[in-house]
Amino acid sequence: MEVAIFALFALLSVGFAIVVVAHPHPVKSTMSMVVVLFCLAVLFVLLGAPFVAALQVLVYTGAILVLFLFVLMLLNIGRERAAGVGQPAQRWVALVGAAFFAGFLGMLLWRTHGPDTLDALTPDYLSIHRLSWELFTTWLLPFELVGLLLLVAVVAAYAMARAPQPGEMTPPAQPGVIATTAAADVADAGADAP
Amino acid sequence: MTVPIAWYMVLAAVLFSIGTVGALTRRNGITIFLSIELMLNAVNLLILSYARLLGDQAGQVIVFFVLAVAAAEAAIGLALFIAVYRLRRTIDVNRLNLLRW
Repeated sequence: MEVAIFALFALLSVGFAIVVVAHPHPVKSTMSMVVVLFCLAVLFVLLGAPFVAALQVLVYTGAILVLFLFVLMLLNIGRERAAGVGQPAQRWVALVGAAFFAGFLGMLLWRTHGPDTLDALTPDYLSIHRLSWELFTTWLLPFELVGLLLLVAVVAAYAMARAPQPGEMTPPAQPGVIATTAAADVADAGADAP
Repeated sequence: MTVPIAWYMVLAAVLFSIGTVGALTRRNGITIFLSIELMLNAVNLLILSYARLLGDQAGQVIVFFVLAVAAAEAAIGLALFIAVYRLRRTIDVNRLNLLRW
């Protein structure tokens, strides 16, 4: 039973992860990412971490991916255009390199931990009470620092994303004014005019 | 029958590599960002499988922190993309090459 659930959600997560990186439309990539995150949440429950699984669904799919969708909507970004100069070679190198990496890392982990057997899940390990005790005693300082980090991130995001106010120094708004580019800009200048 | 813990680890390695391919080959800034989130999640899965193997709840706490830092990173990164879009009218990373050469 557990093996069947693991196999189903592992295959689903790998399949939709491939959709995330391969689909030319970013909105569909983001929606596939939602499926991947849900599948991983199921695997987290199988690993005896229901609290982390709940956080995964709430924080990742509920907040972060909604933020992604908002930005995609705000900037009105569509499909990627056809690949530019030098792109196919880069793609094949990345694919082969990543395949080797996955093979070596997977084999390493498999050889190290293949024969390991798991103890049964204990109530201690599953207990959210113990987890929060740990979080607010041993890890109290990192917890507070992460809160501060989130505050700084929100302020910085606001400061960067807000429209320039009148009277502030505003940089030139046209593309190509700041830097001239060799091939890419000439090839598809005007192709992405709204 | 329980699932051998090594399967989770191999799955994490595979997901991490898929994310790497995405981060290296895509040109849309937001899709690159999604690939990085995918890599972060693969690492979370690996941390949780080690936590399960060792029976130590500290792994779950660390994953909690990774989630929080990922949220901060997403906020900053997306704000950067909005600012870049305002300047250059594109977030295609092949055309954001001011600092490249």
